[in-house]
Amino acid sequence: MEHGTTALAPRGMDLGQPVIDTDIHCNVPNVRALFPYLSEHWREYITYSAFKGPVDTAYPRGAATSSLPGTSGPDGEAPGTSLKLVREQVLDPWNVELGILNCTYAVESLHNPDTAAAMASAVNDWMIAEWLAEEPRLRASMVAPSRVPEMAAQEIDRIGSHPGIVQVFLPVVSEAPYGHRRYWPIFEAAQRHDLTVSLQFGGAPGNPPTGAGWPSYYLEDYAGMAQVFQTQILNLVVEGVFDHFPRLRIAMIEGGWTWIPSLMWRIDKDWKGLRREVPWNTMPPSDYIRGRMRFSLQPLDAAPDPKHMLQLIEQIGSDDVLMFSTDYPHWHFDRPEEAVPAGLPAELRRKILSENARSFYRFDK
Amino acid sequence: MSRHVVCRVDELPPGQHRIISVRGRTIGVFNVNGEYHALLNRCPHRAAPLCQGVVTGLITSPAQYQRELTRDGEIVRCPWHGWEFDITDGRSVFNPHRVRTRTYEVFVETAPPGEDEDPDADAAGAQLVQATIGPDDPDPTLETYPVEVEQQFVVLYLGQSKPAARPE
Repeated sequence: MEHGTTALAPRGMDLGQPVIDTDIHCNVPNVRALFPYLSEHWREYITYSAFKGPVDTAYPRGAATSSLPGTSGPDGEAPGTSLKLVREQVLDPWNVELGILNCTYAVESLHNPDTAAAMASAVNDWMIAEWLAEEPRLRASMVAPSRVPEMAAQEIDRIGSHPGIVQVFLPVVSEAPYGHRRYWPIFEAAQRHDLTVSLQFGGAPGNPPTGAGWPSYYLEDYAGMAQVFQTQILNLVVEGVFDHFPRLRIAMIEGGWTWIPSLMWRIDKDWKGLRREVPWNTMPPSDYIRGRMRFSLQPLDAAPDPKHMLQLIEQIGSDDVLMFSTDYPHWHFDRPEEAVPAGLPAELRRKILSENARSFYRFDK
Repeated sequence: MSRHVVCRVDELPPGQHRIISVRGRTIGVFNVNGEYHALLNRCPHRAAPLCQGVVTGLITSPAQYQRELTRDGEIVRCPWHGWEFDITDGRSVFNPHRVRTRTYEVFVETAPPGEDEDPDADAAGAQLVQATIGPDDPDPTLETYPVEVEQQFVVLYLGQSKPAARPE
């Protein structure tokens, strides 16, 4: 694997205003980096068992869609492991006022709940100490051992009031749809600390990434992730999560968004006749999506014509739902000009670049 | 305003409804717990015969995952797409302010039908209240007493406004 090529090193762009980047990835370079944040017992356990950390297969290294060349460190460090590079390649060149770190450390792949909880705590303490404390522009989504929601809630209670922690990170592929009651302790804890919850591309290894089972190719896994996001949205709405947790907000990160209108049309249509199944829903499903969910801008499954992009946003029926993201170091656009749809009206553009995220994450508080 | 005798009261007991044809439209006349209501038999969605749907109640949720059947007999579900309508006011359950079907005034009145425009109903009503004396009847010279059978009818009113005064 080639590291350090600068052929497509990310370049920023002056968008005419500071932006809020809702999806910047940071990665744990290796399991030993977490040792300062693990108890003696876990350090000994990891050393003794030669455990190398959870396996995250969502973005296989070297796959074309993974990370932009030029984002690896000079000594071959994985993309997203260096705060220095994040500053140089994202925060400075994009004029990022605030950036939210998402660490895809797949603790949900660990079947031992105590290990998962210990690793999650270590990752969170590592992010707080080595990223948030070092860089005032950064905020973070905390990792949670979501297989055992009660333990996830404990972790949320442990660090959820830290001013740099703004969100609870969950992988979009889960053992069961997140609206199910078993996950409610997570939402309850998130609401208690006024944290948003994000569902992020990728997921718990061991579960097929499609409703039809295991696909054959990474291409299918990658392009088909939108259907997992849709499944989660439907379930979260109809299970009544938003009715039951009136202050809960959920972000869909790196799942695309151009499919939102058809999803809204379909579920609103069917709800009219099937409402009595879910009488706790007090409004049409699309109103929950517009009111309580936000979507990161990238990947932008862009129609080539800017007027079609604008039509899609009009069809969503809200200027509030999209939030700027670079998804650094992932590779969704080749040229900086492709990061934001062209031809957006000024006010809408300003909302997408910063105001929607500012209000969703309560950054004004 | 036009007046149409639907049937005798005892022909439409609580929980029952019937669909009648009046002046080119079909209308469902419902007895909901002793109160009468009439809806245009046409779903505002796709013009399905709404009143042929299941008469049911309103499912509400007093708390998460709890379901309660309330107002049993006051909701009709369209047979095509399941949209629910409140029989008492024609409003849809999912969007009562914008999606609704036409309602009509229904009263219970005593015969005779009077200005009823429906000749069939007229005849039926008349038949029920008139008595004739035939050749095989008892001697008319016997002392007799006038007898009037008072029968209550379900009467439907079509028109823009309510009847000025409800006939007794």
